[in-house]
Amino acid sequence: MNYDQYLNPRIASVPPSGIRRFFDLASTRKNAISLGVGEPDFKTPYMIRNAAINSLVDGETQYTANRGLPELRQEIALYLKGRYQLSYDWNSQILVTIGASEAIDLALRALVSDGDEVLVPDPSYVSYAPGVVFAGGTPVAVTTYQKDDFRLTADSLEKAITPRSKLLILPYPNNPTGAIMEKHDLEQIARVVERHDLLVISDEIYSELIYDGHVHVSFAALEGMYSRTITINGFSKAFAMTGWRVGYACAAEEIIAVMNKIHQYAIMCAPRQGQVAAQAALRQGRENGYEAILTMRDSYDRRRRLMVNAFRHMGLECFEPYGAFYVFPSIRCTGLSSEEFCSQLLQEKDVAAVPGTAFGPSGEGNIRCCYATAIDKINIALDRMADFVSKHT
Amino acid sequence: MTKLEMSLLDLLQEDCRLPLEKLAVMTGATLGDVAGAIDDMEKRHIILRYSPMINWDLTDRERVEAMIEVRVTPQRDMGFDAVARRIYRFDEVKSVYLMSGSYDLLVLVQARTLKELASFVASKLSPLEMVTGTATSFVLKRYKEEGVVFENEDADRRLVISP
Repeated sequence: MNYDQYLNPRIASVPPSGIRRFFDLASTRKNAISLGVGEPDFKTPYMIRNAAINSLVDGETQYTANRGLPELRQEIALYLKGRYQLSYDWNSQILVTIGASEAIDLALRALVSDGDEVLVPDPSYVSYAPGVVFAGGTPVAVTTYQKDDFRLTADSLEKAITPRSKLLILPYPNNPTGAIMEKHDLEQIARVVERHDLLVISDEIYSELIYDGHVHVSFAALEGMYSRTITINGFSKAFAMTGWRVGYACAAEEIIAVMNKIHQYAIMCAPRQGQVAAQAALRQGRENGYEAILTMRDSYDRRRRLMVNAFRHMGLECFEPYGAFYVFPSIRCTGLSSEEFCSQLLQEKDVAAVPGTAFGPSGEGNIRCCYATAIDKINIALDRMADFVSKHT
Repeated sequence: MTKLEMSLLDLLQEDCRLPLEKLAVMTGATLGDVAGAIDDMEKRHIILRYSPMINWDLTDRERVEAMIEVRVTPQRDMGFDAVARRIYRFDEVKSVYLMSGSYDLLVLVQARTLKELASFVASKLSPLEMVTGTATSFVLKRYKEEGVVFENEDADRRLVISP
């Protein structure tokens, strides 16, 4: 049966993820060392897992409130206030979602109407542009450049804005580049946002993973930006809780109400045990000075330095990524495209990395390498890559 | 302790074969500083030796281990230290700890056979004049030591590639 006439053309028009193809390819190489993962190599700290176990033992198996457990939302409010000077009312301005991914989808569906343009820095996380299309909007890529350390500049943003522009997605610290935005970078963006009357979805899922003395600044904390920003964050990266699928969105009461309308009909609520674990993560963090985060961050930072140093020694141009857990070296000197480089590296050296083009056309010429992997494996992978690069330069 | 020293200890405890150059890169310090800090910690007996952690259960070597709770009479002027010294000098003794609670010293003993271990307790440890009593418990299985889990539960369950 031909289903073409039944399938929603808007959804069908979105090409399959470039990640998927590589996943299939890499899955056939049993001994490959993967630098292609997008999640921590730590397990969720046991104290957090234990909170979920206890909740199951105690028979807590029911739905929660649509917006999430009140105790969790209260902890989120305390956390954002304490860490990023953001004041959100736990009851009316915070919505707990199934990962930050659902929060992004809800925000897009709540705000985007047919024909609206959404500005998306490129390269960026794979789901923004498709999410905009699903919501009926048009994604407009705003190219970021290696010469700017892959920061979004006011100039590039300004050039991409049209009368149809409604929304800017601001994903920093950035996946795949590891770029961060300093306060003064964000302030310049804020002026453009104000001038063109835009709203901003600030995806801050990597906010805790920032290195070498740099600090994360929440976009909503900038003057005039609180009312224009939907702040999105979650537990996957900071607390190594990817599989639990818990995230949240914070914004003006009116926006959260509409997002919650979609959430309550589509999802009902995020799974209870994930919420219980998330609440434990924040409570323990508040009580012990976020010890678990600091330990993991120190460990990532060492591996980050190791990887950046090794790429530079190979002769690959590599800007210093101060956020997330990715390095995004340029492989242009090899004369290969990102796709060719990654395919051949995998086939010849059993090392998996992700071509930059999986994250948008501006990723051409770069590859994403994740350093959330054991040091001994990173070292082996880097040695193999050095061999590969020297053969191709 | 400096932040560099603590970072080096973390890294070396995980893998003491890491070369100085990589330690320097990972800590953001110079080669000289790293070498100096390690040298210094060796002199201060913070780093005692560099040795692998071995799961002997997977080898052919037979061995028996026991934890012995020892009650002793502390020695005048020397407290428990003199007693501990008398005990830890035996080759069979792998670790000795002074404990709070219902006994005084916890002694970890290793021998090739049960007979050897029994003979250690009966003819070496118990006859010491300051030892007033012992209770021996044999180790049946090791699950975790020094933070390392012996069962292979740490397999990477992540997807090979994810966004």
